[in-house]
Parts: sequence; structure tokens; C-alpha cells
Amino acid sequence: MSKRHVTTTIDGESREFLCEDEQTLLDVLRDVLMKTGTKEGCGTGDCGACSVMLDSRLVCSCLMLAAEAEGRVIETVEGMAEGDRLHPLQQHFLEEAALQCGVCTPGFLVAAQALLARNPDPSEREVRFWLAGNLCRCTGYDKIIRAVLAAAAEMRGADA
Amino acid sequence: MTQKTRDDQTLKWVGTRPIRPDGVEKVTGRARYGADFARPDMLWAKVLRSPHAHARIRSIDVREALALDGVKAIVTGDDLPEIASEQAFVGEEPTDYRMMSQNVLARGKVGYVGHAIAAVAATTSAVAEEALGLIEVDYEILPHVLDAVSAIAPDAPLVHDDLCDRKGEKKAPSNIANEVEMGHGDPEAAFASADFVIDRSFTTQAVHQGYIEPHACLAEAGPDGQVTIWCSSQGQFMIRGYTAKLLGLDLAQVRVVPAEIGGGFGGKTTVYLEPLAVALSQRSGRPVKMVMSREEVFRATGPASASRIRVKIGATRAGNFVAGEAWLDYEAGAFPGSSVAAGSMTIFAPYAFEHARSHGRDILVNKPKSAAYRAPGAPMAAFAVESVVDDLARQLEIDPIDLRLQNAAQEGVQSSFGPRYKRIGFVETLEAAQAHPHYDAPLKANQGRGVAAGMWFNAGLQSSAAVMVNADGSISVISGNPDIGGSRASLAMMAAEEFGIAYEKVGVRIGDTASVGYNDVTGGSRVTLATGKMVVEASRQVIAQLCERAAKVWDVDVERVQWADGKATVPDDDTIKPLGLAEIATGAGRTGGPIQASASGSVRGVGMSFAVHLCDVEVDPETGKVDVIRYTAFQDAGRAIHPSYVEGQIQGGAVQGIGWALNEAYVFDESGRLENPGFLDYRMPVASDLPMIDAVIIEVANPDHPYGVRGVGEAPIVPPIPAVANAVRAATGVRFSDLPLSPPRVLDALDPAS
Ligand code: FES
Ligand code: FES
Repeated sequence: MSKRHVTTTIDGESREFLCEDEQTLLDVLRDVLMKTGTKEGCGTGDCGACSVMLDSRLVCSCLMLAAEAEGRVIETVEGMAEGDRLHPLQQHFLEEAALQCGVCTPGFLVAAQALLARNPDPSEREVRFWLAGNLCRCTGYDKIIRAVLAAAAEMRGADA
Repeated sequence: MTQKTRDDQTLKWVGTRPIRPDGVEKVTGRARYGADFARPDMLWAKVLRSPHAHARIRSIDVREALALDGVKAIVTGDDLPEIASEQAFVGEEPTDYRMMSQNVLARGKVGYVGHAIAAVAATTSAVAEEALGLIEVDYEILPHVLDAVSAIAPDAPLVHDDLCDRKGEKKAPSNIANEVEMGHGDPEAAFASADFVIDRSFTTQAVHQGYIEPHACLAEAGPDGQVTIWCSSQGQFMIRGYTAKLLGLDLAQVRVVPAEIGGGFGGKTTVYLEPLAVALSQRSGRPVKMVMSREEVFRATGPASASRIRVKIGATRAGNFVAGEAWLDYEAGAFPGSSVAAGSMTIFAPYAFEHARSHGRDILVNKPKSAAYRAPGAPMAAFAVESVVDDLARQLEIDPIDLRLQNAAQEGVQSSFGPRYKRIGFVETLEAAQAHPHYDAPLKANQGRGVAAGMWFNAGLQSSAAVMVNADGSISVISGNPDIGGSRASLAMMAAEEFGIAYEKVGVRIGDTASVGYNDVTGGSRVTLATGKMVVEASRQVIAQLCERAAKVWDVDVERVQWADGKATVPDDDTIKPLGLAEIATGAGRTGGPIQASASGSVRGVGMSFAVHLCDVEVDPETGKVDVIRYTAFQDAGRAIHPSYVEGQIQGGAVQGIGWALNEAYVFDESGRLENPGFLDYRMPVASDLPMIDAVIIEVANPDHPYGVRGVGEAPIVPPIPAVANAVRAATGVRFSDLPLSPPRVLDALDPAS
């Protein structure tokens, strides 16, 4: 069985890789391209740890075949900061102590970024419902929700 | 040289909220967790697991699997050394190495669906997976037993017929693996003098710790016998010790490099994969990586025990608790070692009883071996006892917090598990809850408020830490405990405080097993407490050396030298210019060489942490769905080093408890197969299920810690189940005694006709 050749853009870089037909995008990110910032919590679309943006749409990379990435633009948590400058979400996650073990954090950051792109001024309830696909077992979500609301306020230019 | 006491007003870092040292790595995806390691030429391994709950293994034929292209090694139970029965107690639950070895890889018999039978290493995970299908196992299916009640029936099938007791002697055949009893006084006689006695039974189902990161490891065995393991766990020394023991290796041959850990909650205090990965690497001569699927995590790791608890409490009309007695049966799973002893210890711990007794039994069933889960054994015990206390308050028409205050354990009281309490903060925690605006806030129709209390120990155990002065005056701290929720920050803050330097000048690293002294696991709410104590001790030794060096430079008596704000000074002579850390460090070569110290010890005299939770629920009478609409958690933290991470522990523990109360449960079919081994059907709380969780920190200093710290990680999961159940009782008038309080159950109870 020969592998498939895929050309794509990941975190602003054009990348090529070879994959098996059945390999998921998550498998390729983590095990072929060694971009391990994106996490696997379940492999079945139930935890959100593997969240990435695909052509500006939020997807679970564990549910998508790597071959489908051909010609698409993928953004992961690893591309969120600009050099040393953290994204406001990243900064507020740190300031609000919105992570304990941190394994869910990449997925939350990507999902929250997708939310703020659509809705720059979400209510607490909207944040909670948007992030309902992301599991965190450590924090009880409280500080995550606060961090997202604070980042949204800063990005709107309001008083954070 | 003199030292500041640490309970004064001069603290600069303790109690503030700096950004954690490992934070940037974790928000940028650069932190490396268990599954994030790779080595050149690495193989992938997978585990064949039992489809039967109980069966004898007649034979395993791996020939066809070995012949598959890409398969490099296979191990079965025959390949692991036989281990003699030997009790081990590392972390929070008792274990026996022989049983642990059998759980890692079945010998002769499988004890639950999911029990590991063989492991295959191959060039890709797809090939390894394919090879599993080619292994032929001949089973003789045996009758199985799935719950504690049937397990102790006279004719029950035996999960083990060769159990040994603590001394290694053979026991009479039974599924009761262990019994504990503790308490004082004579409850039986004392109940006669009570005006009211409530006697009620409760059941809870097995629940999983639910850490988001599945178990994962990478092992490399060299041709010289040296072994390196990269993995995430609650203790690199625990992984080293267990793996070496199970494979018959010397500890010095094995180095374990701790990865970041993606949650553990007690579930990562044992080994599942590491001995297999090492054995496969030894056989193949190549590095071997293993990562569990979520389904494997559910079927073969964790869970917390299912339980049946009967509680009897007698009280006078005036509300004084006269006597308490409890009978606790916890399911151990297919190997001995549930958390029933801790459940029996904690069940009456919050209260001053003249007569208290608990009887615990550790019961074998054909289900996965239970593992520690945050305050192991205590949440189910609290569910039982705090439900009964709530009923007593109703019956006596006493405010439930008043009733608890009236009977609260405090300094000098004989605890139900033995020792007398030192200074504890239970009364203060209850008072804070009672004074909080939440306690009198109005409620609407179908809403109810519950209150519940709980306690958990702070383990001390063994810790080590090293503190080094770098040439530029910065400080490196090496800890031997994985940082599971911000302990790098709390250790750095305590070191910065000791040295009187900026927090940013302290670097904290988690050392591998070859770079720092032995540490027991990250568990028992002990790291900030016990390892923190070692960091403080090592820092103080280093400061003493710094003062000596300065004395040498100045040629003064060291007694005249004082350390303050990162500098050595001679207070009685202001012509001597203070020497800063960097100056002493740069000149260290001329005054005696590098400056560093390490501290190790068995930390004793540890504290207790008490928690009181207030929970408001709204129950939908149409669907039976229970929503938590307001939640406030109060806890005595002794002293909060980094309040945000203390709050985080409280919030996280509360939400795990809410999940346990409302939704989470292992569901087995009749054959013993878990029916919900995924996050879709094993439903943990998500953000939209919850309100904000208000955490209120009470600080009653622990007299045995230099900063007054109490471990905070576990107590917050103790009160939530009864807090929710008591709130549902208030909203509906129905006392629920079986978990979870899922919509169908609640609806059934509200309207038995439906
Ligand atoms: S790993 Fe993709 S949703 Fe859990
Ligand atoms: S911080 Fe551990 S799972 Fe979210």
C-alpha cells in the first residue's frame, strides 16, 4: 500500500507529508510532523483536546482524515503566539490560572479563539455553551471562562 | 545568622498570584506530556485485552502474530518473573507486588474484561493492532461475580483462590480480601441513650478519575541493561520502583524521566504500561512507545470503587451526637486494595463522637482493579454520613450548620480514626459558610440548598529537593514530584521568599530519578506541603552557607551576619557593604566552591484540611434533570501560597464531585463488559452544565509547616456529593441514597407512577 502525498499550510508554513489513507489529521500532526502541541484525549470527537482550525473552521483533528487536508489551511495552538508575543487568550489563561495540568489547554485556546472570531463580545453563557465540546477535568471551568471573557474584553479594547 | 519567622507580615510572595514558571510552555503547546516523546527507530506497542470477566487461560499462541511483517516482539505473562506476595504502600492505596504484576499482565487467569493478556511491539501501531488479532487465546470461561453483595454470598465464585494476608500467609478462600475496624467507645450501648437514631444505607457506582491525558510511555532498554523511561505519572520514583520490581531490575539501572502530566487524581499512582514497554524494548532492542486509547483507559485503569455503606448515628434531642457506627463495603475490583480503609477513617472524622466505630471490607469482584481517586474512599463515605446528618438536622429542627458546629471536631478531640486533633480549622470553615451571603440567599420554586462537610488528610511521606545558587545569583530548585497543578509556582514562591529575591530569579525543574533524591508520589495533597518543606529546608541551608561565605570575605564572625532581602549584611557595622547573592555566587570559587544544598526527609506531623460546601440546585419536575445553579466551597488551606491554584483545586474538586453526584457511573452488562467506555456515554461535567464555583479560602495555619500550609488538593471532592444530594432533598423532599442522581432516577422518585 503506498502512502498519499499531501500539501497543506500549517501555522503559516507550507508543509508536505506522506500519510496512510486511514491516518487522521491528529495522527499526522503529532506522529509524522511531530507537532505535539495538539493533544489527544479520546480520539472519538468527545473531548476537544485535538481542536484545530481548518480554513477558519473549528474541527476535531481526530475526526478528520489527514488526506482531507490537501490544499487546506490548518492552524494549531502552536501558531497562536506571534514570536514571543502571546495571544491575549494565552496571556489571560496564564493570568487567571486557567490551567492546572494544561493538557486540555491547547484545545480550549483554539476553540476560544474560534468563538471570539465569530462573537467578540460573548456572554458567560455563550462561552460556556461554545466550550461545551472541550473537557477539562482539573479546573471546574470557572477560571477558563473568566480568562476567555477577560481576553475578549481586552481584544475589544474595553477595560479588561 | 538569624532567620525571620514565616508567619510575620514581611512575606513578599506567599499569598500573591504570579504566573507559573511552566505556564508559557503550556499555553503554546511546547510542554511535553506522556505521549509527546519519540526516539529514532521507535516501535509502537499495543495490548491484547480479555473479552471475558473471568476465565482461565489454557494457552496463548503468538506464533502467527510474531510472523507478521513488522512485528518485533511479543510478551505474555510467562515472560514476566513470578513475584512473591509483598505489601507495598506507595501513594494512597495498599498494593501487593504479586497482584500488581498479575494486573499488568494476566497469569493463568483473567479477572475482568480489559485485563491485559499480551503486548505486541511493531514498526507501526497499525501493524501492532493487526498482530493482536492474530494471537490465539484458549479460554475456559469461569462464572463471574460483579457486585459486592453477590461476591460475599456463600456460593459465590472466587475471584482468587490463593490470597495472602499482610504477612504473606495464605488466607481462607473468600472474596473478602481485607477487613478493617476502627473507632472508640461502645456505640452499640450508646445508641440506647440517644433520642433519635437514623440508620440508613447508601450505594455508589464505580467512577473514573477522568484525566484527559491517557496513560502513555516510551521505554528504551540499552544493550548494557540500562533502561530509560519517559512517561507521565504521579511519581517518577514510583514508576521506577514498580517497573524494576516487576521486571527484576536494579533500581540503579532504571532512569525515569517525568513528562508533564495531563491529570492523574490518584489514577496515575501505579503502573500499567511501563513494565510492558521495557520488556518489549529488552526483547526487540529498540525504543518502544505505548499510548492507551480512551477505551482502554476506561476498561483497564482507575476506577474509584463502587460502595455500599450503612451509617447509623444517634443524637440527643438537643442535637449532640451520641454515637456513630458505619459498615463500608468497597469493591476492590479483581485484585485487593480498595480505598475502604481511608473511607472508614474519614467517615466520622469531622465530628466529635464519644462512641464511634467503622467496619470496612475490601471486596473482590470481576471488574477492573480500583485505583486511588482524589481523597480515596472519602467522598462516598461523606455522601452517607452527611446525608444522615442532614436528616438529623431536619428531624431535630436545627440549622444544619449549627448542628455541625455543635458537634464539630476541634483541637484536642479524639478523632474517630485514632489520634487527637491538633489545630484544625473546621469550626472556622463552618462559620465562614454560615456567614456567607449564599447561605441566606432566597430560592425559587423547585430549588433547594444543601450543605455538607468533609475532611481529608495531608500525607507527609518522603520528599527531597535540591537548591543551587547559580553564578549570576539566580536560584535553581530541583523537585522530584511531577507538577500536576501548579506546584512549580508554589515551590518557587517559597524559595523566593526564603532568599528574599524576585520570584522570576528562581527556576524550578522537575528532576528525573537520577538527578534528585527520592520522592514519594504527587498525591495525598502533599507536594506544596512536604516537598515545599524540603525546599524551605534546603534554601535555609544554602542561606547559611551564603552567610558563611560572606563572613569569610569580610573576615567577621558568622554569627554577626544576617540574611535579608537577597543580601548578607552585618547589622552591627554599617561600614561593611552588604553582599548580594550574585556577588557571593560569582566569588564562590575563592570562598569554597559551588553553593548548593539538598534536603530529604520523612515529613511528619502533617495537617488536615476541612471543607464545607453550599450547593443550590434546581430540579426540573418534567424531566428529573438537576441543575447546579449556585455553588460556594469553603476550605481551610492553612496558608494559601498561590491563592489562584488553591481556588483551582477547590473548584476542580467540587466539579468532579458534582459529576459523581449527578451523572458519572460505570455501567456493566451482565457479562461484566463496561457499556460506557467513552466520554460520550460516561458523561463528565462540561462548561455548560455549571455555574461559577466560588472558592472561599480560610486560613488556620498548620503548626507543622514553615508557612502554615495545609494540603488542599483532595478535601474539595469530599463534600460535593452530599451537598448536591442534600440540595435535591431540599428541593424535592426525597432523600436519595443511590448514585448517580441522573434524570431518570430523579424522575422516578418524584413520580413513582411514571
Ligand atoms: S481527541 Fe479529538 S475530540 Fe478528543
Ligand atoms: S487543566 Fe487539566 S484537564 Fe484542563
